[in-house]
Amino acid sequence: MDDRVILRVGAKILIPFILIFALYVQFHGDYGPGGGFQAGVIFAAAFVLYALIYGLGNAIKALPPQAAYVCGALGVVIYIGVGFLSMALGGNFLDYNVLAHDPAHGQHYGIIGVEMGVLVTVFGVMVALFYAFAGRRRLDP
Amino acid sequence: MTALVTDVLFVMLAVTGIAVIRTRNLFTAVMLAGIYSLVSAGLFVVMDAVDVAFTEAAVGAGISTVLVLGTLALVGYQESAPKRSPILPLFVVILTGGILVYGTSQLPPFGSPDNPAHQHVAPHYLEESEHEIHIPNVVTSVLASYRGYDTMGETAVIFTAMVGVLLLLSRGPLPRRVFHDGGWRTVRPGTTREELEALIAEEDPDRRPPTATETGTLSSHYDDGSVYDDAGEADPDEEGAHG
Repeated sequence: MDDRVILRVGAKILIPFILIFALYVQFHGDYGPGGGFQAGVIFAAAFVLYALIYGLGNAIKALPPQAAYVCGALGVVIYIGVGFLSMALGGNFLDYNVLAHDPAHGQHYGIIGVEMGVLVTVFGVMVALFYAFAGRRRLDP
Repeated sequence: MTALVTDVLFVMLAVTGIAVIRTRNLFTAVMLAGIYSLVSAGLFVVMDAVDVAFTEAAVGAGISTVLVLGTLALVGYQESAPKRSPILPLFVVILTGGILVYGTSQLPPFGSPDNPAHQHVAPHYLEESEHEIHIPNVVTSVLASYRGYDTMGETAVIFTAMVGVLLLLSRGPLPRRVFHDGGWRTVRPGTTREELEALIAEEDPDRRPPTATETGTLSSHYDDGSVYDDAGEADPDEEGAHG
């Protein structure tokens, strides 16, 4: 891996932009194409690229598999949590209108909340799947 | 112009699909499948379904290609020649494809405003989304607000997929880094201290094994801080998995 200078330097330049682009896709999903699912996949793609160029061991140091598993479950909790929050504030399950005084703002907050849940789950699941596939080795070549 | 672009993309899709079937090199097939996804994404853009195109490009051409390449690293890059004659599978495929094409002839025309899909709740979403949800992208307002229950279910499905794949693919945790005798080593999960010593001795026969007193004071920890289990009993399932 030491002689692939172009790949390593190129990846080092690209990865921060990939992460920022994922966040753009996430938070611009209200206004243009995009949303939690695509953003989660792009965010995970940055880690997959890192693992491909710098090795699985370094990627696992940066993001342990256990953290990916937790993310996969945490996103579902965030999503359902938004639903219970709107119930606690007197609305129906996932009724965002009650999340703020102005229903329009409530809808904004609710959508950002659930999209964040989708992002976290998709990110965690994609990284966990990659680790599961890439972590396997042939025992007898 | 749009019709021409669509036709060109469909021809590229067909050519890529046939090439995937024809090639015996699995690496080529995976790369062509990625191109197939990318061309599909182009088709979705032409059909104004940019959100779908985005997903197709990111998942189909990106992540799934990487996952299949990871599988190829385990199973090899060359497909063996088929042993049986392809006549019967070809017949089944042509029959199924024929039925599907016959089925599409009964579908309403693509993009027509009179289609049943555009009669039910879609007009309400399109007309009222701006006043009810106050965000410009109707796809997001349908996905996250009007159909929030559906998306919640989809998120749970993705989580379930992870659980299923991990149950199938990861026998126990991933290879672990343990600190043993002054250095970090990567070991299979369930490796006992004796097995690790035997491995080290195999690699370097001249090395002096640690004395009993040293072993007693060795700090053998997993990198997450938990103490390295050296009870001398490996998990029987793990043993079977490695054999």
